[in-house]
Amino acid sequence: MAKDILRKPGGFMDTFVYKPGHDKKNTHYCPGCGHGILHKLIAEALEDLGVADRTIMISPVGCSVFVYYYFATGNIQVAHGRAPAVATGLKRANPDSIVISYQGDGDLAAIGGNNILQAANRGENITVFFVNNAIYGMTGGQMAPTTLVGQKTMTSPYGRSVENEGHPIKIVELLNALESPAYLERTTLEDSKNIAKTRKAVRKAIQCQIDGKGFSLVEVLAMCPSQWRVSPVESKKWITDNMVPYFTPGVKRDVIDEREGYYPERPEIGSETILELLGLRKEKLFRDRSMSDVPEKYRNPQIKVAGFGGQGVLLLGQTLAEAGMRYGWNVSWIPSYGPEMRGGTANCQVNISEGPIGSPVVDFPTILVALNKPSLDKFEESVQPGGIIFYNTSMIDRKPARTDVEVIGVPFSEIADELGNLRFANMVVVGSILAKTKLIEMDIVKDALAEVIHHKKFIEPNIVAIERGASAV
Amino acid sequence: MAKELIKGNEAIIKGALLAGAECFFGYPITPASEVAHAAAFYFPAIGRTFLQAESEIASIQMCYGAASAGVRCMTASSGPGVSLKQEGVSYSAGSELPIVIADIMRGGPGLGNIAPEQSDYNQVVKGGGHGNYKCIVVAPNCGQEMCDLTILAFELADKYRTPVYLLADGFIGQMMEPVEFPEPMTIDQSHKAEWAIMGNTETVRNLITSIYLEPEELEDHNRKLQRKYAEIEKNEIRYEEYKTEDAEIILTGYGIVSRVLKSTVDALRKEGVKAGLFRPITLFPFPKAKFAEMAEKVDNILVAELSNGQMVDDVRLAIDCAKAKVHFYGRMGGVVPTVAEMVEKVNEIVKG
Ligand SMILES: Cc1ncc(C[n+]2csc(CCOP(=O)(O)OP(=O)(O)O)c2C)c(N)n1
Repeated sequence: MAKDILRKPGGFMDTFVYKPGHDKKNTHYCPGCGHGILHKLIAEALEDLGVADRTIMISPVGCSVFVYYYFATGNIQVAHGRAPAVATGLKRANPDSIVISYQGDGDLAAIGGNNILQAANRGENITVFFVNNAIYGMTGGQMAPTTLVGQKTMTSPYGRSVENEGHPIKIVELLNALESPAYLERTTLEDSKNIAKTRKAVRKAIQCQIDGKGFSLVEVLAMCPSQWRVSPVESKKWITDNMVPYFTPGVKRDVIDEREGYYPERPEIGSETILELLGLRKEKLFRDRSMSDVPEKYRNPQIKVAGFGGQGVLLLGQTLAEAGMRYGWNVSWIPSYGPEMRGGTANCQVNISEGPIGSPVVDFPTILVALNKPSLDKFEESVQPGGIIFYNTSMIDRKPARTDVEVIGVPFSEIADELGNLRFANMVVVGSILAKTKLIEMDIVKDALAEVIHHKKFIEPNIVAIERGASAV
Repeated sequence: MAKELIKGNEAIIKGALLAGAECFFGYPITPASEVAHAAAFYFPAIGRTFLQAESEIASIQMCYGAASAGVRCMTASSGPGVSLKQEGVSYSAGSELPIVIADIMRGGPGLGNIAPEQSDYNQVVKGGGHGNYKCIVVAPNCGQEMCDLTILAFELADKYRTPVYLLADGFIGQMMEPVEFPEPMTIDQSHKAEWAIMGNTETVRNLITSIYLEPEELEDHNRKLQRKYAEIEKNEIRYEEYKTEDAEIILTGYGIVSRVLKSTVDALRKEGVKAGLFRPITLFPFPKAKFAEMAEKVDNILVAELSNGQMVDDVRLAIDCAKAKVHFYGRMGGVVPTVAEMVEKVNEIVKG
């Protein structure tokens, strides 16, 4: 009988091998500390529920930083307050494991406040044991978010004042404002009756996770005689007299029975399916072609396309790049972004080159497409001598002034309007470029369109626009 | 496999999935958001995990958890978000966890802007968080490398049990180029049972931690980490050379800058200036010996960066007191130098 009482619960390691020093049998906690009692309740529950081997205990930062000394589970030590985020990663990576986040009030309610709130709100299927001892134990008795009004600590030497620090935070009530949590209870360790209630709550919270019911948290009011500067015996009374009236114990949320268990499935997916789902198995038209098939002055173009946002500038460039790639040429496409993006104008820069592309930046284009006046004003000067400017006569009321470049004016917008939608202007331009430069063949550009246009019903009208653009020059 | 015209940021995700990444934890930030968008789209599509975290602080900690569970995982961000991740990166380095972090750099300090800078170099290459650690850093300069170096990042992370950064700038992230993707890899993660916690009897005695209370113990742990970094320096240096053999001046830079420099070399050679490009692909390990060797052969090395001069410090340290003079040219705020600008700068040096 005596032997049985002394036996450590199976959830504990028999010998605390990770604990430094000679004493590998006793915990590092101070006499009368609440952590030791709660540890024991958890260790017993893990044994009785038969899940110790698949449990991962998370050691926080605080007096319980050494949780990993004791539990015969997988153990992971984490940064201050981050246990709920780490728990999320563990559980998502391996939904079969049982993940327990064990945290103090500084850890959970102060530095990790958002982490616990968000994990609870996501309804992570984890179990959290939250030790509320109204103080920072580990660092020498500073104020916690749960420190009571008037309570003296190292950093509230005159007593916590509502004016300076506000009211103590009630975590279970706070989390109870969320829809997702399955089970929230506050218990205390002040006497054996309440320890028995805590034992029950601990089991229920772990079972909740085993059954796939979602987020559970038990807030445990725990003694810290050392930092409260009272005797272990007095510390129990301290809870009864000071903590219990403010932090009322009880079940605040229990919707476990109303829920279906959820066990995420991880399907086995074969290589071929993966490639298909990643869009890497599409039939595309490729053709070997040499740049020497293109008239010399249009070879290896460096293109700048500019206009208002909404004129389809980016897609225009993308269509040319996609098509150029189909000949095995090197291509690059860069959207204007950052400083250039202001004022509703957009531009993109495209290189199509038989040789490797060094700088993809097109500072001096050989082809400029100007869809509106500001674009022509801004980029006309930068076009390389011998280059070509396509400009939208529907929106630009002046001819480009340059005489050392080829100038092609087309009413791109009017043509698009005739086709029923101003948005086709960009593809009218594509048609004009193809016809003028012979850079890309019609069947290739049509196939490229299918890749860059996501709504299939728009492909046909865009092809019509390209054809109209081709006949306009 | 047929080539795909794809944004660099998206190529990261397809590469990661083909490399067997199981989890992605992210938080949106321009110009890295397309990484998260692609992850949100493709990870669940093939039965893997995407989760938008509450912050970058949390996303890296979720990786800490997933890596501890023995799966390949990653996160992505940019400047301000990477600053927030530093806590988790330090813990991951200390606990020796393989995690891949993509940093698509933007302008700083503070909120700065969303245009490309390379001003995260110091916080990424030099450790960034607290403690004696370094992360492996690979620096792609094209779409293909956004895929290939992501895959390499996962391999190196596993091989050395350490966080690995993919350090790119907004330009490389936003640019579309043709990328040829490899076949999906079947990666055997069973060796991780030695240290990871997989929620089974085999791994139940494993411990993931960065705490070592006794000074001697922590010193031992640190020495072990330093040995690992030395091993990485011995085995994993990668770089690209372009027309360096007969070069009289070496231009050096990484990411988008290296592309500008390549064109600069071509332009200079047309003018009769023998310039060459040296591009570090790994920033840690830094190709120190290579720089030292080049510095004995040439008179001038020009380091160009989209920053106030961060990598240049490493170049200076690497060449020690060798012959070559180290020059620096930097643009900030999102301005990318033009080829003409670089040509002028080089001419100033060689003719000055
Ligand atoms: C980022 C960070 N800030 C501060 C600390 C120092 N620190 C260690 S434990 C602790 C307080 C823990 O208090 P609590 O969570 O209430 O746990 P207890 O020690 O009372 O069990 C603090 C502030 C730290 N380790 N990391």
